[in-house]
Amino acid sequence: MTPTADLPQPLAEIVEEFHAVGDRERLELLLELSRELPELPEAYGGDYTEQMEQVVECQTPLFLAVEYDDDASTAELIFAAPAEAPTTRGFASILQQGLSGLTYEQILAVPDDLHQRLGLAQAITPLRLRGMSAMLGRIKRNVREHIAV
Amino acid sequence: MAEKDLTQYANPQALVSTEWLAEHLDDPNVVVVESNEDVLLYDTGHIPGAVKIDWHTDLNDPVTRDFLDEKAFAAFASSKGISPDSTVIFYGDRSNWWAAYALWVFTLFGHQDLRLLDGGRAAWIAEGRELTTQVPQPTPSDYPVPAARDDRTFRAFREDVLEHLGKPLVDVRSAPEYTGEVTVAAGFEGEGALRGGHIPTAANVPWAMAANEDGTFKSREELEEIYTRRAGIGEADEVIAYCRIGERSSHTWFVLKHLLGYQNVRNYDGSWTEWGNAVRLPIAVGEEPGEAS
Repeated sequence: MTPTADLPQPLAEIVEEFHAVGDRERLELLLELSRELPELPEAYGGDYTEQMEQVVECQTPLFLAVEYDDDASTAELIFAAPAEAPTTRGFASILQQGLSGLTYEQILAVPDDLHQRLGLAQAITPLRLRGMSAMLGRIKRNVREHIAV
Repeated sequence: MAEKDLTQYANPQALVSTEWLAEHLDDPNVVVVESNEDVLLYDTGHIPGAVKIDWHTDLNDPVTRDFLDEKAFAAFASSKGISPDSTVIFYGDRSNWWAAYALWVFTLFGHQDLRLLDGGRAAWIAEGRELTTQVPQPTPSDYPVPAARDDRTFRAFREDVLEHLGKPLVDVRSAPEYTGEVTVAAGFEGEGALRGGHIPTAANVPWAMAANEDGTFKSREELEEIYTRRAGIGEADEVIAYCRIGERSSHTWFVLKHLLGYQNVRNYDGSWTEWGNAVRLPIAVGEEPGEAS
């Protein structure tokens, strides 16, 4: 199986981009993605740390919110992370671009080893990649809890 | 803000102010090195002329859990344009946590003129000083292979720590890691240990206590209150510091060695990821330091 066969289309495209380039360029790609992380919507305003869920497993402050559309069974992902944490922003951006707008089912079906499929272990170290795995775990848990209500 | 008087510290040569650095950026003998926790941060903008070091991928041996050997270090330093007589200024994110680690590793190889930028990256940015995304291409320098990496003077191994028990030992991790309430620091799940607790007799002084809110070091008087008196190091001539993998304790090593002037300060880089997992090593749990058996 290729590393992207079981991934939803937008996520598969991002993973393929990472695999199309060498180590050095992978870091640049991640940096680019970190810059593309959307600004926090106004609704979350100044006190987002109270309205959003903190991904405490990350080494830098990262906050997550999931907005649900139950008619379509889709979820939008919203992240907040400081500019001085570009690696964390990059991971958040991958998940935001790769998963936001997908159905609950598609999100829950994303393999848990996603963070190992980007080919970043050499350049970033496996330790740092765990932050991304924690983000995915929290997103899924959030979705699961929402469905259960 | 009044310029802080660096001569209050035991070794004023080990620290530079942002102002000093701004004035010396173009000195041919000065090499500025950024060392961060976040591997991409340098690329978002850095001090003009600064080169990047990644603590994990540049300073560690890829196979053995150890640092570079002498030959690899010389080649690495050369690639960054550093010569044995260079003044190397380290700075980074998180109150210079990783910058201190890089400085400590350079110390092992006998490089003489190593300094930290007081306040690190945050101070430079807070003062609105210049940043650039332009990555310098240093001309490789001539860095002869050091005779030996000195693993005795500034570095401790687990056997050394066992022998040291009874003399001042500083655990610089957070209180919940020290007491054993958690077996891993929040955010560092890859660096856990089988058991929670600390090395018997160690005093707990979380590393960040040495830094002000803005990342600069506290005054010598404040540091003496924290380490010499409260942590009970007193006038001891031998101290060992440790944390989880030896990075946070590099920061404390710098404080004890260069700011307070303790003679023999070693960093135990095996730290809790070794001690807390090792067979037949004693630990203590809870708030009390515990006793050497």
